[in-house]
Amino acid sequence: MTHLEITRRSFIVTTAAAGGGLMIGIAMSGPAHAAAGMAPNPWERPTDKDGQEINAWIVVDPDGTTTIRVGQSEMGQGVFTAMPMLVAEELHVDWKMVKVEYADSNRHVRNNNLYQRMSTGGSGAVRNSRVFLQQAGASARERLREAAAVAWSVPRDQVVAKDSVLTAGNRRGTYAEFATRASQVQLAQEPAIKQSGQFSLLGTTLARLDTPLKVNGTATFGFDVKLPGMVYAAVKVVPVRGGKLTSFDFNAIKGRPGIIGAYALKPVGEQPYATRIDEGVAVVADTYYRALTALNLLPVVWDLGPDVALNSREYKARLAEAVKLPGAVGRNDGDAIAAMKTAVKTVEGTYFTGYNSHTCMEPMSCTVSITADRVDVWGGFQNPPGALAVVAEHLGKQPVDVYSHTTFLGGGFGLRSRNHEVRQAAEIARQVGNRPVKMLWTREENERQARGRPAAMSHLKMGLDASGMPIAFYGRFAGHSSAAQANPTSVANGLDSGTMNGIRDHRYKIANTLIEGHIRNTNQNIQAYRAPGYEHNLWHMEQFMDEVALAAGKNPLDYRLELTKDLPDWQLVLKTLKQKSGYRTDLPKGEGMGVAIGESFGSIIAMCAKVSVSRRGQLTVEKYDVVVDCGNLVTPAIAAHQMQSGVVYGLTDAIYRELTIDKGAVVEGNFDTYPLLKINQMPVVDVHFALAGGDKWGGMGEPACPPTAPSLGNAIFAATGKRVRDVIINQANLSWT
Amino acid sequence: MALTLSVNGRNYTVDVEPETPLLWVLRDNMGLVGTKYGCGIARCGACTVHIDGQVARSCATQAAAAVGKAVTTIEGLSPNSTHPVQVAWTELDVPQCGYCQSGQIMAAAALLAKRPRPTDGDIDAEMELNLCRCGTYQGIRAAIHRAAAIAGGAR
Repeated sequence: MTHLEITRRSFIVTTAAAGGGLMIGIAMSGPAHAAAGMAPNPWERPTDKDGQEINAWIVVDPDGTTTIRVGQSEMGQGVFTAMPMLVAEELHVDWKMVKVEYADSNRHVRNNNLYQRMSTGGSGAVRNSRVFLQQAGASARERLREAAAVAWSVPRDQVVAKDSVLTAGNRRGTYAEFATRASQVQLAQEPAIKQSGQFSLLGTTLARLDTPLKVNGTATFGFDVKLPGMVYAAVKVVPVRGGKLTSFDFNAIKGRPGIIGAYALKPVGEQPYATRIDEGVAVVADTYYRALTALNLLPVVWDLGPDVALNSREYKARLAEAVKLPGAVGRNDGDAIAAMKTAVKTVEGTYFTGYNSHTCMEPMSCTVSITADRVDVWGGFQNPPGALAVVAEHLGKQPVDVYSHTTFLGGGFGLRSRNHEVRQAAEIARQVGNRPVKMLWTREENERQARGRPAAMSHLKMGLDASGMPIAFYGRFAGHSSAAQANPTSVANGLDSGTMNGIRDHRYKIANTLIEGHIRNTNQNIQAYRAPGYEHNLWHMEQFMDEVALAAGKNPLDYRLELTKDLPDWQLVLKTLKQKSGYRTDLPKGEGMGVAIGESFGSIIAMCAKVSVSRRGQLTVEKYDVVVDCGNLVTPAIAAHQMQSGVVYGLTDAIYRELTIDKGAVVEGNFDTYPLLKINQMPVVDVHFALAGGDKWGGMGEPACPPTAPSLGNAIFAATGKRVRDVIINQANLSWT
Repeated sequence: MALTLSVNGRNYTVDVEPETPLLWVLRDNMGLVGTKYGCGIARCGACTVHIDGQVARSCATQAAAAVGKAVTTIEGLSPNSTHPVQVAWTELDVPQCGYCQSGQIMAAAALLAKRPRPTDGDIDAEMELNLCRCGTYQGIRAAIHRAAAIAGGAR
């Protein structure tokens, strides 16, 4: 088992054996950056003109520079480094000569999904692309070897490919010299790819290729796109979602400087609630500030629609009513209701988490250019072919005539996956007509047009036997279903299983489990959040497991070990956490440690939070120990950064913020009322890898979010005796005597 | 109206309303898009620049207020990413999505100019208005200490 700590002070690496763990060593000298491995505009492909393509992913320039194309979108998770590593592992290219650029989504669409997978989500970049990327690298390497073998009249197995050089005896040639011939080679059989244990590049820490562009301001985000003749659009949608635009008075602003027009935003055609245009108005001007200022002065009349009485308090009460009722069955092992009657002791609790927004640091934006023969669209797309398709459908164009260009993403977290903002921008550009339009959202629009996580409530009940072990688990869930909004037929039986992730798919050994769910939607528009379902449900499930353990008189960490005896990977993670965190339950009052564990997107993550709480109730989150089993690692530093990132995301939602609704409208809009965790609130986060190895490749982008909040809640209880179940922690009174 | 502003040692004359936030003048009129919009109310730090060497939130600074002063943006911090803060940021691979990082780097550079060997408390006090949704704070803290060492002559 490898142990990597990235602390405030330094990088520390130790390697230690643990039962069943894979032993690997990780060189962690500081990353050494070569020249910038990519262009500030990563959608531009100079290689289309100058390079020799060996296959769709790999282009070799005459000087040996090797460009590896990336189908996933760079939103901070490191795909511009990790994805080319998967190719380079097999290609045996000199890493110093590697550059990266985005794959071309138009070519992908024209050529039957050439790049196989160009959406980014589900923590799937590595685990869902690894095999075909390794294959692309291996295939190109063997073609290079074959081209050299033919030229030198030697068997291919005598040609060595290493660091972009081919050798056989005293013959030597570069990849650049053989690239053209390699591109024409037909192999009788594609080569096998390397397996875990055979890697030389994977598992090492390399410098991120995008860092040089992110320390000098040159990395181009969607907000930064600039085209000749471009104009700027500011938008405002109806404050109560589902309402309509009645009218606006353009005359009131048309004399202002730089104003080009004001345009009604109305749904066009038929789309599901999730992706259709919210009614609103756009003002277009020669600069963004002029557009925004005029928009704020524009008299607008809204028809606020049917939901003007909706508020968060009453919605929470609706959920509380729902969880009292039997619901649609999401899981049914054994007979939980009968077993519950035989229980010696029962424990129950009701937990709630509210709506929240992704709150990417970069608000939404999109730039659209419509000309007679083609449409181009720029933005931070998590799904570039999807953006292309939305524009084509909205404007009545053929998909092959639409080109989507992906910028850097100023955060994604699921928000930029449905392309609702793309449709909005396409509609504005359609109305403006003759010049490129860049649409930008303010922070307030970004939060109020939010399509974030659902609100959710769980009533959980456990029956214990005489030894304190669970024999029956009965959980009832009620919450907002994004599936019901995106595709109503997918939840025809009244159940959205995905919304119950983290409870429905629990891994604890309990003979009888019954999980039921209710869909209770509002006018809010919900879509994939960072670790959808899991992110909020683990707050419910893993705090509840602590309550059960304590009611049984057991150590909460040992209790989880006992309940996962049949799961060797969970055992490794929990035992490692026990060892690394020094978890204990006998700290003085006002100090506490709490643990939680979850499995999502193929990775198991357990955490221990250490907190202190003053008598007056002031909380300090001091430290997190994070243990992750993602099977194998592509590159440890980026993986560790994703773990830290998940902790910050989870803490922000648990402690600081809830998106609330009053009179049908989202109340919060900016960081003054809807804060994020700050640097002075940041705990030390130590990351430890406990890798199962083998064929397991777990995701890294999302799974660290879910266990963060419940380990905090459990630590707070340990410190204060106060259990926070149904409000954000900042609203709870944590004082103690 | 026409305003002349000195940015990164160069004079720009722009035709804008004088109350236009400096942020949008930098971005839309001068093409200096390394400085980012995040909130518009000086609560996130993505728009951080230096005015006469002091930290300023350009989204809440009127362009007219910067006339006659020296504005420095991320593009002007160093000619080739050699400012100690940029070197340290690069060494430790601090950025994730990168959107807030121009502001973080500008705030860190101003902190080090004022306090060459900042404590963790100094970092907390000076950097708390620079938000990062990716959660790179641990890296930022380490990189500020590293930048201080580099500026002090460490290799």
